[in-house]
Amino acid sequence: MAIVVLFMVPILAGLLGTALPSFGYWPGDSTRALHVQPWRDLADAPGLGQAIFTSVFSGVGATVLSLVIAVSFTASWSNSKISLLVSRSTAPLLAVPHAAFAIGFAFLFIPSGWLIRIITPWLSGWSAPPDYLFIQDLHGVGLMVALVCKELFFLLLVMQAALSQIDAQKYLSVTRTLGSWPVCAWLKVIFPMIYPQIRLPLYAVLAYSLSVVDMSMIVGPATPPSLSVLAVNWMQDPDIGTRLQGAAAALLLFGIVVIAVLGWRGLEKIVIACGRAWIFNGPRTFAEKFTHWISGIATSLILVVSGFALISLVLWSFADVWRFPAALPSEFTLRTWIGAWDGLKVHSISTFILAIVSGAVALLLGLGILENEYWKGARPKVAGQFFLYMPLMIPQVSFLFGLQVALVYLNIDGSWLAVVWSHLVFVVPYVFLIFADPFRNLDPRFTKTALSLGKPPFTVLRTVKIPLLKAPMAIAFAVGFSVSVSQYLATLFPGVGKIQTLTTEAVTLAAGGDRRDLGAYGLAQFMLPLIVFSIAAAVAARHTRTL
Amino acid sequence: MYARQVWLAEGWVGNVVFRVSWSAVLIVFVSVMHCAFAAADDRPWPDVLEDAKGQAVYWHAWGGDRNVNQYIDWVADEVRSQFGVTLRHVKVRNISETVTLLMAEKAAGRSQDGRIDLLWLNGENFAALKSEDLLYGPFAESLPNFQLVDTENKPTTVKDFTIPTEGFESPWGMAQLIFYADRDRVKEPPNNLDELAFWLQNNPGRFTYPAPPDFTGTTWLKQILWTLISDKDRLYQPVQESDFVEVSKPLWEYLDLIHPHLWRSGRTFPQTYPALRQLLSDREIDIAFSFNPAEVANAILNGSLPPSVAPIKVGAATIGNTHFVAIPRTSGSVEGALVVANFLLSPRAQAHKADPRVWGDPTVLDVVRLPADAAQLFADIDRLPTANDSKFTQSIAEEPHPSWTEMLEKEWRNRYAR
Repeated sequence: MAIVVLFMVPILAGLLGTALPSFGYWPGDSTRALHVQPWRDLADAPGLGQAIFTSVFSGVGATVLSLVIAVSFTASWSNSKISLLVSRSTAPLLAVPHAAFAIGFAFLFIPSGWLIRIITPWLSGWSAPPDYLFIQDLHGVGLMVALVCKELFFLLLVMQAALSQIDAQKYLSVTRTLGSWPVCAWLKVIFPMIYPQIRLPLYAVLAYSLSVVDMSMIVGPATPPSLSVLAVNWMQDPDIGTRLQGAAAALLLFGIVVIAVLGWRGLEKIVIACGRAWIFNGPRTFAEKFTHWISGIATSLILVVSGFALISLVLWSFADVWRFPAALPSEFTLRTWIGAWDGLKVHSISTFILAIVSGAVALLLGLGILENEYWKGARPKVAGQFFLYMPLMIPQVSFLFGLQVALVYLNIDGSWLAVVWSHLVFVVPYVFLIFADPFRNLDPRFTKTALSLGKPPFTVLRTVKIPLLKAPMAIAFAVGFSVSVSQYLATLFPGVGKIQTLTTEAVTLAAGGDRRDLGAYGLAQFMLPLIVFSIAAAVAARHTRTL
Repeated sequence: MYARQVWLAEGWVGNVVFRVSWSAVLIVFVSVMHCAFAAADDRPWPDVLEDAKGQAVYWHAWGGDRNVNQYIDWVADEVRSQFGVTLRHVKVRNISETVTLLMAEKAAGRSQDGRIDLLWLNGENFAALKSEDLLYGPFAESLPNFQLVDTENKPTTVKDFTIPTEGFESPWGMAQLIFYADRDRVKEPPNNLDELAFWLQNNPGRFTYPAPPDFTGTTWLKQILWTLISDKDRLYQPVQESDFVEVSKPLWEYLDLIHPHLWRSGRTFPQTYPALRQLLSDREIDIAFSFNPAEVANAILNGSLPPSVAPIKVGAATIGNTHFVAIPRTSGSVEGALVVANFLLSPRAQAHKADPRVWGDPTVLDVVRLPADAAQLFADIDRLPTANDSKFTQSIAEEPHPSWTEMLEKEWRNRYAR
């Protein structure tokens, strides 16, 4: 419990630190009265309506789309070779930090980007890039597609984790012998079973998509940007009225996320009610062939797009001259890497240290909480779970600002402690998400046998439980590591420029910097989690027991 | 007693000696006390150098252009090897973020050991910090290399957007709005804003500008207003809210005219001037502008732009200014920051910066008055093959009063960022 409190404190402090300014209270300002002027300013702000629309459209749209694709893919293609390929590439693709992916994605799809260069001029006959707006389009469609590419693999991973706990094959074969076609069988029987497991991660995805900042800055609309980016920009304005307005916007975003999650919950109830009838009395097919092909095509396309996005980063980092409409760089050089090497070294080291420490501490904390829970005999309390996952569901921008003020008061802003603490707030929930169920589902007979042999609990933990859990632990650590690497706002605000990571650099460079430097930074940003994930996957593969 | 005896015994000589000796004691006492609390700029420079050794200086500077970043990396190497100062470049998207951080520090009551030691700023950001009393100084004029600065012919080195710097910021480079075009694709470039508007109608989608509040985008707005306004003097006085809309009407009319013909029909804009340059390189647009007069020479040399690109003259004069570095009052590494500021003014650093192979940013120094070996550094640059491109000159128009910046940015967002 104490540990949970440790994380509640920054969140609550942060929320308070954002809520108070939104009502006009700003420490150090002479007018220390509470008033609603910031909210009035917000209502009058230009572009607010469009910003809200962009956030909601891209956020909800991305979540729905990725859920649909993930479900239909798992339903149609489980047990096939493609599914194995996908599950193997899930790990590295999950490791790609959002900023690096967004940069590569943007280069693929802009009118003077790689896709167009490949077909120009021999196929298209164009001498100049076409005039269309996809990346940075006004409604956030580009942002939505980019988000889907990232969320899809996370959802697939989560669904796999959930599936590994139930014997899906057994149920499926029974249902199919009763006459259902595969997709239909999966939807009717397996999906309701695993949905409770994936519910919380799904809410996290929804909250993230609604409030993402770094991807929005790179591929989202610019004038006006999404609500989260607008809030961040306002919060960094020297004019205090604008800062208060930013705090109000951040609180508004929080409200939108709450409404969205509650709305989703309501939708769940409706679907359950209607679905029940369909499950028992409905038809035994569900657009089988269509789902089969569409989900296959969609998933492969997304895989290919992600791969090409990353390859473009590699190419740019080694390119010297790559002008439209050349399909490949016309001149290569190592100058970019040599020039960027000093900066890359410093930033890679900070990123690495932060990520290792966050991942390790998160894992230890997770072990501690779970072990404690086991010994108390307590069932995971809903309230406890909720508090743990709250950081994932509250938009970062909504409480990091308030947290910043608190850190400045405590005089620890710009320190490693502050940044690690901020990272931990986000890493612990993800690590817990991945690690909790395998721990809880560990066969209790192992522990009981060891205890009956007279071993003290800690020895049991060390010699029996941990070795059995090496695979989930490795994956959980790798996930924690990459979450830490990906953190943008959580490094930017507490770090105050003293502590910079590859991600903060990459997002700053993405505003228009040389694509060659961007390629180098994006690649470096991607390599770190990839290496850790590969090691983790190797460990997991060696230690996974076949079910 | 003794003093009085001396005074009486020695007569007027003793009187004078007595007064002089006491004055000396007083002076020594006062200077000792003064030194204890003095700003470092009163101390002899060798002392400052000594204290700066081993300090870490966090320089918050715009990090949006690779040339700038690489130049600052070079500066960091130099100050480490020459002075033992560790310089860290904190890349910011917009220096107003750092201004916010400083104000947050002030709100939290922090008075020393701040996280920011040096800022690259000018204009409205300088005005904001100066009025909030957040800057250390005055220090600029006591830097040893400041005497080399050409304050006569480059008045903007001591007057920032009409506000006198009073030594609270030290200059380190010059900037000017310069247009350029791909001459292979633009055979007859426009010569002024009207011709530009006409050219856009015939070549839709082939020009755009960075969205304010990017400083280049804001300068573009100021350039249009300066060109089209009937009474230019209005711009050099603080903006009046009462008639702002009326006075700025020509600007908004011009923008309304060209927006439908801009790149992407004005639905989206690039975020910085390097992004604008990338658009030209990607053949998405044919005319662009930059704040670095040597942009074209520098970009061609490092492969960012094709050799067919050349600067073009749009309008009689374009807005130019000086950029500065300032030290926050709360900095914990003041001596280190002073050493860096001084190094930036050294002929070696200025010449390296003005080299179009590195950055091409013009110098603030008076090259004519430099000693021979220093002047040689600049002469060497002039002999480079691309010297002609980097010597493209256009008359400079002075920056308007900083209060215009904020109002123009706000109004632009109101009109076009909905």
